[in-house]
Amino acid sequence: MTLTVNNLSVDHGAIRALNEISFTVAPGQIAAVIGANGAGKTTLLRTLSGLTHATTGQATWEGKDILGKKPENLVRSGIAHVSEGKSVIAELSVKDNLALGGIWRKDKKDVALATQEVLELFPRLQERLGQSADTLSGGERQMLAIARALISRPGLLLLDEPSLGLAPLVVAQIFQTLSQLRERLGFTLVLVEQNAMSALKIADIGIIINLGRLVASGKASDLSNDPALRAAYLGY
Amino acid sequence: MLAFISTLLIGITVGAIYSLMALSLVLVWRSTRVINFAQAGQAIFSTYVAYEVIQRTGNFILGMAAAVVVGALLGALVEVLLMRTLFKRIHSGAVAAVAPVIATLGLLGVIRASVGLIWGNDGHRFDAPVSTQAFSMGNTVIPFSRFNLLVIATAALVMIVFTVIFQKTSLGLSLRASAFAPEIARLSGIRVGSIRTIGWAFAGATGAVAGVLISPNDSLTPNSLDLLLIFGFVSAVIGGLDSLIGAVVGGLVLGIGKALILAYLGSSLDYPTAFVVLAIVLIVRPGGIFSMKRGRNA
Repeated sequence: MTLTVNNLSVDHGAIRALNEISFTVAPGQIAAVIGANGAGKTTLLRTLSGLTHATTGQATWEGKDILGKKPENLVRSGIAHVSEGKSVIAELSVKDNLALGGIWRKDKKDVALATQEVLELFPRLQERLGQSADTLSGGERQMLAIARALISRPGLLLLDEPSLGLAPLVVAQIFQTLSQLRERLGFTLVLVEQNAMSALKIADIGIIINLGRLVASGKASDLSNDPALRAAYLGY
Repeated sequence: MLAFISTLLIGITVGAIYSLMALSLVLVWRSTRVINFAQAGQAIFSTYVAYEVIQRTGNFILGMAAAVVVGALLGALVEVLLMRTLFKRIHSGAVAAVAPVIATLGLLGVIRASVGLIWGNDGHRFDAPVSTQAFSMGNTVIPFSRFNLLVIATAALVMIVFTVIFQKTSLGLSLRASAFAPEIARLSGIRVGSIRTIGWAFAGATGAVAGVLISPNDSLTPNSLDLLLIFGFVSAVIGGLDSLIGAVVGGLVLGIGKALILAYLGSSLDYPTAFVVLAIVLIVRPGGIFSMKRGRNA
């Protein structure tokens, strides 16, 4: 259950969004991908989940190549991607959004069990099951998006800016929940964040990218204690 | 009072057929963001298939079933052969918005010409399966027949089937998710391409039902569903273009509105009426009756 990325480059037309990025995330680790707006963080996740095509390089999950595969197939091999901007379908009810998480899975008993588990984890969603998702607050939407991904029982969870637009208290709650979930469920988590301090706190390793290039990677605590990195990229 | 009720019933009958055509347009719009003008062609082809089967077997239900199957296959075929090829080549810009619509208009011409080649351009006829005679109670005649009742029942059945599929099944959830947020749908493991094809097949089948219901006791020609396409389109727009319930309500509003105006203001207003109803609705609610409300963003 190791994620390996090797010399990955992605072009958006004439612009090189990612330039020869390499890193490895060991099973059960949390990796925080840190960088400013436009650094290529979202492109990285979109490439790993199959939404964006890589130009060159390799990426493997559980030893199997994942580049060039379709997102609908990658989710079947255990890769769940919660995309940027509280990725819920506003026109659907909370219940239907959750149902999407297990829609491709054959083991409906386990889907029901997983749904029960996430509802215990996020009781707020239980109260709002019948409501349309567009009536939820930002924090609730983020919970819903994460809950949907968990119902697919992912081995690798790709999470894009869960703190975006949320109040600090809600952010703290979400990060705490993520950390606990990782302990309990044992998935590998790649967390893209602008909120470097919160992300590095719960992460095992940090990956700092700037303008598409890897600036530094290593133990999260080492990165957050490096004064030069803190001043230049971490912003605290 | 009786005259008013009769008018209303006629309006509902016509409106039910408009609703079906509107549904078929909305199903395609939701899945692909294309107004499928070829729907009139697909429906007329399917209706000719029904005509052929009814001629040979004398069985209306068999004819309807054949039309539904052919309509669904034709819808799927148009999506796979024409739409996918187009979308593979054009990704963005003004061309991407216009080309598919122009392609469906072209296809409408091709299908109509093919129907003309196969069955000729002269009118054909097939009979309704039940009486089209007006009901009468004693001396009063209500201009509403068993066939009108059958039309309403069939349309209602189609709508119930769609409601169950869309609200109660995984396929329905896949169709809704793919329509609203294709990217999230793909990330949820839904094969959006296949789901889109199914959407077109459903649309083709629904258009076929509309075509077969509106044609009995009338002259069937390669162009005879063109007006139905226009009224179906107006109904879909009245309903907000994105909503299945909206399509049904839009069809009924248009059907009843037209019947009332015809009854009380005069038959010369038949065609303009549709557009007057459309204009009034769009002035009051620019997004259509069932346009999506903006939700909270935070």
